Amino acid sequence: MTLPFPVAAPLVTSDLTRSQRALRFIRRFARHTGASAGVAILLVLVVCTILAPFIAPFDPTETDVGARLSAPDSIHWLGVDLHGRDIFSRIVWGGRYSLAVGMATVLLALVVGSTIGIFLGYRGGRVDAIGSRAIDVLLGFPSVVMAILVVAVLGVGLVNVVIAVAIAQIPRFARVVRGAVLVVKEQLYIDAARAIGANGRHIMVRHLVPNVMPTLIVLGTLNLGDAILSTATLSFLGLGAQPPAPEWGAMLNDGRDYMRYAPWMMFFPGLALFLTVMSVNLIGDRLSHLLDPRARNK
Amino acid sequence: MRYALRRVLGVIPILFVTWTIVFGVMQLIPGDPVNLMLAGVPASQEVRENERRRLGLDRPFLERYVTFLGRAVRGDLGESYRSRQPVTRMISEQAGSTLELAAGGLVVGLGAGLLLGMVAGLKPNTWIDTLCMLVALAGVSLPSFWIGMMLIYVFGMTLAWVPIVGSGLAALVLPSITVGLFIAGGFARLVRSSIIDAMGQDYIRTARAKGLGWAKIAFKHALRNAMIPPVTLLGIQIAVLVGGAVVTENVFARPGLGTMLVEAVLNKDLPLVQALVVYTTAAYVLVNLLVDLLYGLIDPRVQVGRA
Repeated sequence: MTLPFPVAAPLVTSDLTRSQRALRFIRRFARHTGASAGVAILLVLVVCTILAPFIAPFDPTETDVGARLSAPDSIHWLGVDLHGRDIFSRIVWGGRYSLAVGMATVLLALVVGSTIGIFLGYRGGRVDAIGSRAIDVLLGFPSVVMAILVVAVLGVGLVNVVIAVAIAQIPRFARVVRGAVLVVKEQLYIDAARAIGANGRHIMVRHLVPNVMPTLIVLGTLNLGDAILSTATLSFLGLGAQPPAPEWGAMLNDGRDYMRYAPWMMFFPGLALFLTVMSVNLIGDRLSHLLDPRARNK
Repeated sequence: MRYALRRVLGVIPILFVTWTIVFGVMQLIPGDPVNLMLAGVPASQEVRENERRRLGLDRPFLERYVTFLGRAVRGDLGESYRSRQPVTRMISEQAGSTLELAAGGLVVGLGAGLLLGMVAGLKPNTWIDTLCMLVALAGVSLPSFWIGMMLIYVFGMTLAWVPIVGSGLAALVLPSITVGLFIAGGFARLVRSSIIDAMGQDYIRTARAKGLGWAKIAFKHALRNAMIPPVTLLGIQIAVLVGGAVVTENVFARPGLGTMLVEAVLNKDLPLVQALVVYTTAAYVLVNLLVDLLYGLIDPRVQVGRA
């Protein structure tokens, strides 16, 4: 339904304009060296993956049998793998997999999980009691095991890995969002919205969603690192990306058997993966520090 | 005592729900189990029918479900499609190796986590704190399969300090570090914030006022009071340990339940997958139950509050 007049949910009561607030937030964010470093690393990574066709000197799947397993040199900066493929080019292209797969996973988990959380938190009562219990049980499943189980049902492949890891993450979003909604729905402006005749869906979409947004942003960032790691783990186990895709986890799997002769095959893809996850976690940490008042003094 | 009993009984519905989910998911897995069992060996229709009957696959869904629950309670979860051995026996043969790894991982994780968290928490907002938390964050950001391979390469191959295969304590060092690093990261962060909370409490001021030494305040007063949230995390870490075991066993080519699970999934050995998940969740629920009951020992107030 549409209301006779606009009702804005009071997010922050302050005299500052939106852009001033944003600027202040960015300044406070950047005060932390680690977080700034995280943003810098991530930016480099994103630019590299977008410009992969221009940055990568070789085709990531092109094989040069003569150069097989050769060490890093001026032509192949990070060495060559078992099939004679340039590792630097594969890492640059592989960033696309890690970032896209990680973000798709978190987005899927976030949308489904927070929908469940908002619904349970707003409805309350028996539905909430049963739903919350189910979430608690699901949280007890080791997420790698759960993801493996889902892959067993759906089959091996990168898309199925995204779905599997997202399913494993859904309960986390649902639980936190439900908790946030329980707090928000007791606020006066929700009563006010109800008093002027807003229905449940309107309240959920217009009032609850904007108010749990900061929580969602923090939780999404914190889970992005985990999503990138988990999807790479499944590819490493042979359940995700299939050869010859230049996915970092799959590259590490290739490198394990040649550790003694060509350690660069496992060193560089792992380093790229670590730096990516670390940068995302640094950013998530800082965001949760700034957006979650409880974490501020800690 | 009544609280303990209530908690123990509370485990039943959780296990029931979990096992129901496991059973349901298993039904969704595509492919005829008999085909999987025959593994490409040609067989007549009659043989197939007999096999279906033997496995109880000709029974209606509900009957199979009830049979499954009944058997799960008794610890009999059928036989593997591949090896034709009872899955319970297969699991119990491999469980020891995984338990060793989990214990080693816990020792490393808790030790390192406690140390990092305590040091950071007692000197909050100093460069020591920043450094400790950076190390902790690296711990949760490191891909365990990568760090496992790096450890093998550096300490197993290049320096040859520890064996990378075989059994015994020495061969357990690198896998334990691999599993432990991730646990240490999460644990350190929680210990730190817990300690900071505890250090701001009145009883610490009292202890300071009566002239107690720094070490006594830190260990006897702050640490003990700060242990509740980390111990809770310990229960949740069981899930992480299992996940860590899957990857670590794979990297170190160790036998164990994690290796078994990945192989069972790739081979579509459904009874084995099912049994592994049933036992994992049971272990998780039981450990969390133990942790809950442990609270009372660490913090007597909890018991008073709940009685």
